[in-house]
Amino acid sequence: MIDSIMTMVPEFLPGLGISLLVTIASLILGLPLGILLALGSLFASTPLKFVCIGLVELGRGVPGLIMLYLVYFGLPQLGIVMDALPAAMISLALMTGAYTAEIFVAGFRAVPQGQWEACGTLALSYWKSLRLVILPQAIKIVVPPLIGWSIMLFQATSLAYAISVPELMSGAYNYASVTFEYALAFTLAGSMYLAVTLLGFWLFRGVSNRRSMSKAKAPRPTFA
Amino acid sequence: MELLVLLSKGIGQTLSITFGALLLGSVLAVPLAAMRRSELPAVSTSAKILIEGIRGVPPIVWLLLIYFALGETDLKLTTFQASVIGLGIVSTAYIAEIYRAGLDAIPGGQFEAADALGMPFGAKFFKVITPQAAAVVIPPLATFAIGLLKDSALASVIGAQDITFRAFQEAQANLNGLTVFMWAALLYILLSIPIAALARYTGSRLARKVTA
Repeated sequence: MIDSIMTMVPEFLPGLGISLLVTIASLILGLPLGILLALGSLFASTPLKFVCIGLVELGRGVPGLIMLYLVYFGLPQLGIVMDALPAAMISLALMTGAYTAEIFVAGFRAVPQGQWEACGTLALSYWKSLRLVILPQAIKIVVPPLIGWSIMLFQATSLAYAISVPELMSGAYNYASVTFEYALAFTLAGSMYLAVTLLGFWLFRGVSNRRSMSKAKAPRPTFA
Repeated sequence: MELLVLLSKGIGQTLSITFGALLLGSVLAVPLAAMRRSELPAVSTSAKILIEGIRGVPPIVWLLLIYFALGETDLKLTTFQASVIGLGIVSTAYIAEIYRAGLDAIPGGQFEAADALGMPFGAKFFKVITPQAAAVVIPPLATFAIGLLKDSALASVIGAQDITFRAFQEAQANLNGLTVFMWAALLYILLSIPIAALARYTGSRLARKVTA
């Protein structure tokens, strides 16, 4: 069994690489989309606001697999044909946009109202308050959930198996269908996902501790 | 419209798989959550490892593992059984964490008082623990149920005849992927609305009962 595992690991690594590639690409494409949708949900005029909120709810309410099939099998009807890999990246980017929009909106709203009031008493302009006071705090709040989402996104790349993207699961399945060692192959693939996930959470805890607001030291009262 | 009728034939499987996995998970999560809260570090740590291990692996891997790997043995599972078991395993881990949060929300004195009154475990569980934990547990459980409904689409990958499977077949046969999958998406969204509404209703009712 050990030699089976030893032969499988190098075979599976390219698949893992593709999974990571899809994760990163979807983040790069999806995060700007999420920011745009969040800005629209917060600041736009009412009709546009509802469109943005609607898109976010749609993106979150639709199963990931359906979104994948929609992009890969559905878009060709509109004349947009693409390979499986870009289809996976685009559909996961759309999902990322919807889920992260929610994270951004919540993070922005989580900045205490008192901060805005303080900016007002200091006579800071709207844009200055945003740039110097509000957004830095919002970013601090938003980073942990975004990392959490990135980990979930990595797991979601396993969906791409369904449209034959040569990622980790496809590699495992193809290998197993030749050698019939299904249990071993899938267990190994699962362990690889687990390893990356745990690594991600470990980094997550590191980032959390450094930037967490709950760990911030309380201001000491000065007796001037 | 015939498309909608075609897809609706899959609703039964989708809902049964979701409900089955939810049931399996909610039951198995109870001992797992109890283990997680145990004072013995060996027990709570092994429960933690189990929960994190299950959550660290994507649901589709569990489905493939259960269906193909167990299929190698003499235990031949139907796609339905494999889907329920696979998603049930995933649910157990997530629900155990939800239960843990719910149990943590109960003041410790409640457990002590119940024991001081000499309540048998059954009475303690149903009259003291469950009502107080329910208000904390139901909202995340509902969110999870909706997530599970969407994850049930994965069952189509191993061949379960749910909404997604039928949509996929139709799209392959008639190349009308856009319309088919948009109707399928709509169907899933419509199915999730009653769950959300039910959850809000039961959540508020239970919260009122407890805070009385």
